[in-house]
Amino acid sequence: MIIGNHMVKKTTKKAKNSVRRVYMDYAAATPVDPKVAKKVNAALTGVFANSMSFHSYGQAARAVLEESRAILAQMIGAQSREVFFTSSATESNNLAIKGVASANKHKGNHIIISSIEHACIMESAKWLESQGFTVTRLGVDSFGQVNPQDVANAINQSTVMVSVMHANNEIGTIQPIEEIGKICREKNVLFHTDAAQTFGKIPVNVKKMNVDLLTASSQKIYGPKGAALLYVREGVKIDPVIHGGGQESGLRAGTSNVLAIYGFALAALEARRNMARETPRLKKMRDRLQAGILKSIEGSHLNGHPQKRVPNILNVWFEFIEGESLIIQLDLRGIAASTGSACSSAKLAPSHVLIAAGMKPQEAHGSLRLSLGRFSKDSDVDYVLKALPAIIQRLREISPFKKSEETNS
Amino acid sequence: MKKPTRKLCPAQTGGAYTDKVIRHFQTPHNYGKMENPDGVGKVGNIVCGDVMWLYVKIGRNAAKKEIVQDIKFETFGCVAAIATSSAITDMAKGKTLEAALKIDKAGIVKELGGLPPVKLHCSVLAADALAEAIYDYYQKKERVIPKDLEEKHQRIAAEKKIIEEKYKDWVDIEEKIQSKRAG
Repeated sequence: MIIGNHMVKKTTKKAKNSVRRVYMDYAAATPVDPKVAKKVNAALTGVFANSMSFHSYGQAARAVLEESRAILAQMIGAQSREVFFTSSATESNNLAIKGVASANKHKGNHIIISSIEHACIMESAKWLESQGFTVTRLGVDSFGQVNPQDVANAINQSTVMVSVMHANNEIGTIQPIEEIGKICREKNVLFHTDAAQTFGKIPVNVKKMNVDLLTASSQKIYGPKGAALLYVREGVKIDPVIHGGGQESGLRAGTSNVLAIYGFALAALEARRNMARETPRLKKMRDRLQAGILKSIEGSHLNGHPQKRVPNILNVWFEFIEGESLIIQLDLRGIAASTGSACSSAKLAPSHVLIAAGMKPQEAHGSLRLSLGRFSKDSDVDYVLKALPAIIQRLREISPFKKSEETNS
Repeated sequence: MKKPTRKLCPAQTGGAYTDKVIRHFQTPHNYGKMENPDGVGKVGNIVCGDVMWLYVKIGRNAAKKEIVQDIKFETFGCVAAIATSSAITDMAKGKTLEAALKIDKAGIVKELGGLPPVKLHCSVLAADALAEAIYDYYQKKERVIPKDLEEKHQRIAAEKKIIEEKYKDWVDIEEKIQSKRAG
């Protein structure tokens, strides 16, 4: 069986000398929570019908879909009719940017985003430029934060929307969303935030945050892949990107992925149950990881905001280290992490987030993101703190650059 | 013990590395600085993420022909950069200078059992570093430089310039963001 062969096997107590496996890439993807998996699996063969069908099979699927919508809407402080399901945060963000720009053309052709948005926002904005829109990309400070005053200054007569992510996926920095939202309200400009990294981890409430549109995703909160939502405040004009059979009140056509959405809602409930306990637990582990790395490894530095940060993300950079080599060395010791190095990207360009935060490419190459989650344990932190210094030392041993003054030679 | 292989190690580069690449990467051959080398080749740029330095010591074989008697490398870069550096030292050691100069991208890739397409430039970098080291040796000895090698050296120098231009772009981007932040 091909699929089985590619699965990374968990270390069992019986397996001698096998590599310990530590997953520290929860910001990239989370495993489905076993409790969620159990319930979704139980519904897998039963809830199969098209939720648009009028017969009882279809209505059963419809009930699951609408119940899920109600749960998720209530969690973000919205009404059910303001929540639209999509297949991914990428799709939600595409819909928010392109849909709002298209439906509000009569108002203007200018949108504002931050320079550290996820690729799906960056690329959607770039596409809008090719369609005659103008885009302002706001810079960030060295912690990766947008200055709300910059948003106010960038808004002009033809601005229709602003999109600034709630927390950045690479460095974890949390943006002053409430303040930006307030400015947008005053200036009568729509405001969207991508909350893929925050929903289920820190409180997300569309009213408190002053947002008109918000993206949240299932696969970042231990739900299945294939489900996400876009909150659209009632009264906001938005055009669909996917046209067809009128699902999701005509905003997103295509047969609803009812079971993934069901899993999304179950995962959200689970996240809400755990949040009060989980946030301090993750923060404690993350801070210990951070202190340990910065103390034991010479030439290591923190990326992102030291305080205003989601509790599970740690991003550091090491002088004279190339990230892809670091990631593979870690992987060979069973540790899964990620980097903003150019060599690890399909485009061979260093992380636009780290560059926007003022880093030089050679610094961004040496970045490492460790992101913790529900199944992270203190012993995982110990294991990484033990393995990492030796890996860094080894890579520096091979490198011609050993001291900072040699960079320019 | 089942060694973690490429199955457990899907590189983020759009293609997995071969076991041989991973072996060279994990236990590279002939790395470190060489004292009093006869020639040094320095290629790549830290801004792009790959820097290779190759050191050679030149000796003579039984037929009195000049050979690469010893070779060492120091590399900053990705898995492919380190593996190609290690592989080329194995391939060049003991070869006559003429034969060493014939080591090319295709030969290195074959030696490693393949490289992901996006990483092929690393094998070019390794071959260039070796050519530059031998060029450096010829120049120090005030030898007549073979036409092929001179052309190669000119190409590498031209590419270095392009990379420096690219670096200039990065400076521009930084300045743009800085000025936006100030404004």
